Amino acid sequence: MRKDSFLYRAFDLYYDGFRHMTLGRTLWAIIIVKLIIIFAVLKVFFFPNYIKQHAEEGSEDAFVATEIIGRQ
Amino acid sequence: MQNILLNIDAGTIDWSRAQFALTAIYHWLFVPLTLGLALIMGIMETCYYRTKKRFWKDTAKFWQKLFGINFAMGVATGIILEFEFGTNWSNYSWFVGDIFGAPLAVEGILAFFMESTFVAVMFFGWNKVSRGFHLASTWLTGLGATISAWWILVANAWMQYPVGCEFNPDTMRNEMVSFFDVALSPFAVDKFCHTVISSWIIGAVFTVAVSCWYLMKRREQKLAVESIKIGAVVGLIAALGAAATGHKSAQSVGEVQPMKLAAMEALYHGGTDQGLTAVAWVNPCEQPDFLNESEAPLKIEIPYALSFMATNDIHGYVPGINDILNGYTRPDGTQEPSVDEKIERGKQAIATLAEYRKAKKEGADEATLATQLSLLKDNMKYFGYGYIKDKSEVVPNIPINFWAFRIMVGLGCLFILYFAIMLLLVFDIPFLSVLTRRLLATVGLLTETEADSSNITGLPNWHYWVPIVLLPLAYIASESGWLVAEFGRQPWTIQDMLPTWVAVSDLQSSSVIITFFLFLILFTTMLAVEINILLKQIKKGPQS
Repeated sequence: MRKDSFLYRAFDLYYDGFRHMTLGRTLWAIIIVKLIIIFAVLKVFFFPNYIKQHAEEGSEDAFVATEIIGRQ
Repeated sequence: MQNILLNIDAGTIDWSRAQFALTAIYHWLFVPLTLGLALIMGIMETCYYRTKKRFWKDTAKFWQKLFGINFAMGVATGIILEFEFGTNWSNYSWFVGDIFGAPLAVEGILAFFMESTFVAVMFFGWNKVSRGFHLASTWLTGLGATISAWWILVANAWMQYPVGCEFNPDTMRNEMVSFFDVALSPFAVDKFCHTVISSWIIGAVFTVAVSCWYLMKRREQKLAVESIKIGAVVGLIAALGAAATGHKSAQSVGEVQPMKLAAMEALYHGGTDQGLTAVAWVNPCEQPDFLNESEAPLKIEIPYALSFMATNDIHGYVPGINDILNGYTRPDGTQEPSVDEKIERGKQAIATLAEYRKAKKEGADEATLATQLSLLKDNMKYFGYGYIKDKSEVVPNIPINFWAFRIMVGLGCLFILYFAIMLLLVFDIPFLSVLTRRLLATVGLLTETEADSSNITGLPNWHYWVPIVLLPLAYIASESGWLVAEFGRQPWTIQDMLPTWVAVSDLQSSSVIITFFLFLILFTTMLAVEINILLKQIKKGPQS
């Protein structure tokens, strides 16, 4: 690949940037840990989709209607 | 929450609300600094672009680094709010799905592509791309964050003023009929302008506070003085802009959420020529007896100011809480129904919805269904009132609204004063700067020697402590604004359509309590980590 091509320069921007990070390494580590906690722990174990869990597929509207009308 | 008399655990509603508030409040600690610093660092880099001086490049890079720390800490904290919609607020989530989906999807795409692309160029692109392209990337990073805020605020504004939608009783969802009505709702425009401009104040106070810390330590003095100049200009413009957009926001609220405005003012009985309450005794711990009291005790008001704030006319009519509860005649002669009438129409809407769905299931003829649909459409505007047992349930918490509004406005005025003084001290503006210094000397805030000099370095340390103390106050002002916006619309998750106790999922309160404390620990840790990294980076300074 030619070194003055757009693709090489774009790749080099990221490659070189990531290689020479100092503070950025710490920040990326924090972001990754945070994303793991949010998506692999909180979402999976604590935040299921309530309607999907309680209504049959395709009859979500009936479930919500029962919930909403029934609370009057 | 006396209306939790259904099968729903009362604690579930309160804890779900508390959890949402906790998440939103923590998320909002990161966002305004991102929006504010984006503007500051853009200006710094523009100075570098114009002057080509190494000093401005180092200065811009320093503030970009602090922006990067805050940006990294704030990433994805807002996603948790979406989890809560799906789990804790499932009825709400289904009910609004189609309306909320579009702005949040646009926000996600923009946030991901625009910010991630240009943030990378901003941090990695020094010496790799042209100065012009780098400058454009810095501004586009900030613009990306601001556009993200736009879509989030569009979604929030729709809850306060639901427009551009139609309820479909077959799907039980509100469906978008006009994307532009939703995206360009006047309520959203006012909210966006006020929220973003007030965020710039936080960026400005942060910049001045960090700079003053350097002046206190007698280091990085050139960076500090030049940064204070930019911070003071941005801060004063933003503080004045926040006041102007706040006025416009108050008018929007007066038009579409008059109960919120009445609660903010503890206005029990309205009328024309209304004064704005400067101070009054509203017990912060209990809801006042608004049905029987004529007004809050010890009230001192600014004549005509509330009428002007709400209607742009000093003689304008502003309804009070009891007027709204009992119905009133608007200035244009039309009649606003009483809450009791709205309750009846809401009950009619819910009953019609139930009948329609039953009839449809049983295969009723088209004419019957059409009649029911027409009846539902006529009453749908007051659907949520059908769940109200007592009219006083539609009155939000008055003490929180009253005091949060006063804290926000009071601190806003303080910032105007502070940045105006700062601006006159750091810039040598003929006559005005000398006058300011003389005035400060007269009241003992500067010595005669300090007043004669236009130099802000070398002042006693307490001068530099002022913006450092103001920084948490700027956050308090910003969060107070959100408290007014969100407490003021209670009990509604969607204005007039869905109260909290219908929107919430039928969960065990214990599971919500567990996640509440998990979030509290997670967010507090993140905040502590952010403050720690920020302080270390500030101590290292621009040469790190």
